[in-house]
Amino acid sequence: MTIAGLDIGSRTIALVEMDGGGIRHSEVVETTFDPLEQCRVLLEDRGFDLLVATGYGRHLAQANFADRTITEIKAFALGCHEFFPECRTILDIGGQDTKAISLAPGGKVADFQMNDRCAAGTGKFLEVMAAAMGLSLEEMGRIALETEAEVKISSMCTVFAESEVTGLIARGTPRPEIARGLHEAICDRAVSLLKRVGVKREVVFAGGVARNPCLRSLLEHRLGVPLLVPENPQIVGALGAALSANTS
Amino acid sequence: MTDYHDMWKELGIDLDAHDGLLEVLPPMYEENILSQEGRPGGMEYFDFVFSEVHGLRIKELVEHREAGAVVVGTFCTYVPEELIIAAGGICVGLCAGAQVAAEEAEKYLPRNICALIKSSLGFKLAKVCPYIESCDLLVGETTCDGKKKYFEMLGELQPVHIMEVPQMKLEHDRDLWRKEIRRMLERMEEMTGKKIGEKQIRDAIRLVNEKRKALLRLEELRKSDPPVISGRDALLIDQIAFYDDPARLTEKINALCDELEERKKAGVSIGGAHRPRILLSGCPMALPNWKVATLIETSGAVVAMDEMCTGIRYFDNLVEEDAADTEALLDNIADRYLNIHCAIFTPNRERIEHIKQLVEDYDIDAVVHYSLQFCDPYTVEAFSVQREMEKEGVPFLYLETDYSSEDTGQLTTRIQALIEMVGCAEKA
Ligand code: SF4
Ligand code: SF4
Repeated sequence: MTIAGLDIGSRTIALVEMDGGGIRHSEVVETTFDPLEQCRVLLEDRGFDLLVATGYGRHLAQANFADRTITEIKAFALGCHEFFPECRTILDIGGQDTKAISLAPGGKVADFQMNDRCAAGTGKFLEVMAAAMGLSLEEMGRIALETEAEVKISSMCTVFAESEVTGLIARGTPRPEIARGLHEAICDRAVSLLKRVGVKREVVFAGGVARNPCLRSLLEHRLGVPLLVPENPQIVGALGAALSANTS
Repeated sequence: MTDYHDMWKELGIDLDAHDGLLEVLPPMYEENILSQEGRPGGMEYFDFVFSEVHGLRIKELVEHREAGAVVVGTFCTYVPEELIIAAGGICVGLCAGAQVAAEEAEKYLPRNICALIKSSLGFKLAKVCPYIESCDLLVGETTCDGKKKYFEMLGELQPVHIMEVPQMKLEHDRDLWRKEIRRMLERMEEMTGKKIGEKQIRDAIRLVNEKRKALLRLEELRKSDPPVISGRDALLIDQIAFYDDPARLTEKINALCDELEERKKAGVSIGGAHRPRILLSGCPMALPNWKVATLIETSGAVVAMDEMCTGIRYFDNLVEEDAADTEALLDNIADRYLNIHCAIFTPNRERIEHIKQLVEDYDIDAVVHYSLQFCDPYTVEAFSVQREMEKEGVPFLYLETDYSSEDTGQLTTRIQALIEMVGCAEKA
């Protein structure tokens, strides 16, 4: 039996197809303004027996083509456990949400925390800040590594932080320092979420932002433990969705 | 349907704005309440009462006042309705469970104030609440800071009596509260120009106790697993209990309970697969705030119990009826009310103990703590509740929200993840 997992996030949509032998296909596309159409393109001409959707667009998928849905919490738990069976704690910084999940030894969700309703501390925050500095996300992550000096960004609110950044630029603060300060701010937020569920090794860092080397090293430094990052952190949710078909 | 526009106009309601409000209620009711499957037949009365929320019940209030009696509005479960009833009055809980005229309210209130207070002022300023406009007196209280200051503002628009609710439960707090009960009684006497006798107090105590007993009987039936009534229907009944006629309401709740007992015997439930049992705890959910309860129940769980002021806090513990004289009756009233465990008190250990007890009695799988954004007492106390639940090994979800619907996506994810989590644990 072939099972497809689809993770419809606010930034990207990931598809994973599994058969008896493991992952046989995976693909990631941008969400755009028309996620449904993006899903159709992604699923066109693909053959599978069952489709499980997760992510923030799962209800949309359920109403249109998915057979089942699970939450991204459960999907990330399953996906991370598959990549790293010793995983006990997960940090996922996505486009809209940041979540910290703690797993029981067998991989089941024991507790979880998510950010409040605003985009503070999420991928969106970094995106808005990169735009305010006229940089791409990747560039911002790269230049943040160029310095040890850091300016403190005190607002976690995306709107306030944006004007703070504008102010710093106007005062001539070097961009690498601002970039580093912004990463520190996100790191603070993530660490406080993680602390609420408890940090047990192994800790897996998943989701799109896990690709950001600056944030990764800041987090490792603050937590004092190495972070495991899946080779393709963006497909963890979709993989978990596909795996869920066999567990329930 | 009867046309009530003349009556509303008399009360000074802004008819256009009010028509707008009445348009959104039926679809909301359909979506949250009527669309549920397996509802007991006895809910018909409550559906009717809700459909006439600004109609028939207001007409009753108008007639009551035409006969020379008073209507008194309250904002908190600490205000003893016995005293209002003993004065021949009708007590109405002034709901503010929907966002109305927030921009208008923000001219007088800071933006970061809880939705209950903001929308309460919104309803008043927009002139769309026939209840508050029917009130001869409003009774506020010194519970949270936001409300205290809000009542000062309200006092400029309408007569307000403030009760001083203590913040601790020491002996001198009890003395103060007993005095406050008497001061409120005097205010009622002054307003009606009539002395309130022992018999009136006794009768009022009995009437309200009967209502509490009926509500407690309903709560007892919510222990059934599979559930014989949904949490949303139970919430609706609690919300209606704040403004409906007490004697009639008691009779209807009891009739519903008879039916639920039959259901239980016959093994009839609200349907669906096995439902994880949730305890909702926290701030009140005033009518028509069903948001979180609906999200929980449409995600496959059941709200098996509510530790809220629109829930057990409203009717737990009766007023002791056995008393020699008026003074003793008044003390009994005071003592019953002081025994409500609201987060405005410190310390408030009793609330946590109560939650623990409910978790056990109602075979609860997880606790969902609901706080309104910017409500200091409950958002802060939630941390202690969480710590205690962790100690007990009870899964706990903290939600902070308001009356808007923009966060339903995020809330749904959290609630569903919680349900997946306790669902998994059960099978393991
Ligand atoms: S939560 Fe506290 S202040 Fe609010 S109605 Fe209940 S008892 Fe009163
Ligand atoms: S919800 Fe909290 S802040 Fe709002 S009125 Fe009640 S106690 Fe006060």
